[in-house]
Amino acid sequence: MPQSRPANPPHSQQDNSVGVVVPQVYRHDKPLTLQCGVTLPGYELIYETYGTLNAAKTNAILICHALSGHHHAAGFHDTAEAKPGWWDNCIGPGKPIDTNIFFVVSLNNLGGCHGSTGPRSINPDTGKPYGPEFPNVVVKDWVNSQVHLADALGIEKFAAIIGGSLGGMQALQWSIDYPQRLHAAVLIACAAKLSAQNIAFNEIARQAIASDPNFFAGHYATEDKIPDKGLMLARMIGHVTYLSDDGMREKFGRELKSGDLGRGADVEFQVESYLHHQGRSFSQSFDANTYMLMTRALDYFDPARDANDNLVEAVSKASAKFLVVSFTSDWRFAVERSKEIVDALMAAGKNVASAVIQSDHGHDSFLLPIDRYTKVLQAYLRRVAQEVVGE
Amino acid sequence: MSELRPDLAVIADLILPEARVLDLGCGEGDLLAHLQTNKRVNGYGLDVDEDNIRICMAKGVNVIEQNLDEGLANFENNSFDMVVMTETLQSVRAPDHLLKEMLRIGEECIVTFPNFGHWRCRLQLATLGRMPVSKHIPHSWFDTPNIHLCTFKDFEQLCTDLRLRIIERRVVDQRYTERPFANWLPNLLGPIAFYRLGRTGHA
Repeated sequence: MPQSRPANPPHSQQDNSVGVVVPQVYRHDKPLTLQCGVTLPGYELIYETYGTLNAAKTNAILICHALSGHHHAAGFHDTAEAKPGWWDNCIGPGKPIDTNIFFVVSLNNLGGCHGSTGPRSINPDTGKPYGPEFPNVVVKDWVNSQVHLADALGIEKFAAIIGGSLGGMQALQWSIDYPQRLHAAVLIACAAKLSAQNIAFNEIARQAIASDPNFFAGHYATEDKIPDKGLMLARMIGHVTYLSDDGMREKFGRELKSGDLGRGADVEFQVESYLHHQGRSFSQSFDANTYMLMTRALDYFDPARDANDNLVEAVSKASAKFLVVSFTSDWRFAVERSKEIVDALMAAGKNVASAVIQSDHGHDSFLLPIDRYTKVLQAYLRRVAQEVVGE
Repeated sequence: MSELRPDLAVIADLILPEARVLDLGCGEGDLLAHLQTNKRVNGYGLDVDEDNIRICMAKGVNVIEQNLDEGLANFENNSFDMVVMTETLQSVRAPDHLLKEMLRIGEECIVTFPNFGHWRCRLQLATLGRMPVSKHIPHSWFDTPNIHLCTFKDFEQLCTDLRLRIIERRVVDQRYTERPFANWLPNLLGPIAFYRLGRTGHA
């Protein structure tokens, strides 16, 4: 199996970087029937790998991405790339997800807009992009598609499946649906199901997109338009909920952009400037239909539903060991939601460890190099390495 | 495998193979790691100390970050065979409530605490007129985590009030070595109190 080997030696300032990585594409040529009943004739998943798969194929880690994530989790696509992958602070030689020990697989999910089959792909039936006709995909479907990728890579059992937020939901679903195929599940800033408030924020984001005149009920590509205003608004709302009140106060305070209040400028406060920038750059790169699809997948996730609405019963099928990490200022995926998972796992007699990390950075914390968080992941994954590869 | 600390060995001896164990204030997880290896026990430990939690994880111990002062309401009745709490009772906000909770969720529990009635404590207070500081109660009054110190007699009175059954009492020292001599006058001569408790017979 080919690997995304570093093409160049890492930059000198990136001693612990995985270096330059080349994304690869897995093509699944058999039909995949989704939970919604629709069958995709086939699909492609774009992915990257870091580190080396050992001969026994026991050292693989799967990274599942969150709402707006993708396959490029670590390293650089070329030496000119300004920013590394989205979880570079955590994945690399000597980092918590240590590529000296582990073989890391990171993919873009089905329905995504970074190279895997999704709304932007051509529908073989019509010869046109799927657009809003791309079938509804849920977490279970993602897991099923990831299983095929694992098969293709020859990975029978992952040492760990790790994800934050929506990514954690995938790791949890894996542990329930394919208990024999992972040794450990690491659920970070996660929930066993969204709260009504959380769904409400997603719906506001979707409405922001849907009400953009350039959305054309999802057919914007045929109209050669982008609903960038709607996407921008959706992202701005999202961003506010991913931060915390304290975190925003610390980062922006009431600092003015121009140093002078009341001149009637469009953007007066730094926080506005930040949100505009985040929203704008997101709206240029992300697909609106994918955003609709991913937020729906978040809303629908509820593994207890298949087990008489009983989470203990749902997780009783799992045989993995679990690590559950949450952050004190995260109100979108609050500490209590993680506690619900931990309590259900304990009630089901599963192996579980948990940590509640002090942080002012809200839900975004799971992406940040917070000292204690890093140490917790490191300690846990080193133990996993001892257990599965004896290292 | 390294030798288990003598105090934990005493407790480990009282736990049956494959028992469901909850360790309140599990520290570095030595007891649970030992039980996991030697008695096929996959217990859970609660702690709030960052270093302890990390060390437990490195040992593969099921450590849960949970503050005992926030209660144990997340555990079902009878979900454990044994609930252990070593030298933590004196530092919780509501020891009486916690004891009741321990025997709600566990069939039995083991509780140990430093005896404030030990002659050294009495002597310091009586002769020097100062709050006692000794090997088994090492903190100064202003920075002590021990906010609910008690004696053998106090504890037994509480057990009576709460209708908890004392299955076994031992008088031990810091290394949990039995002090048979101290059994004569435990409240005066025993540094550490060791109790095994159960529920009262009638419903």
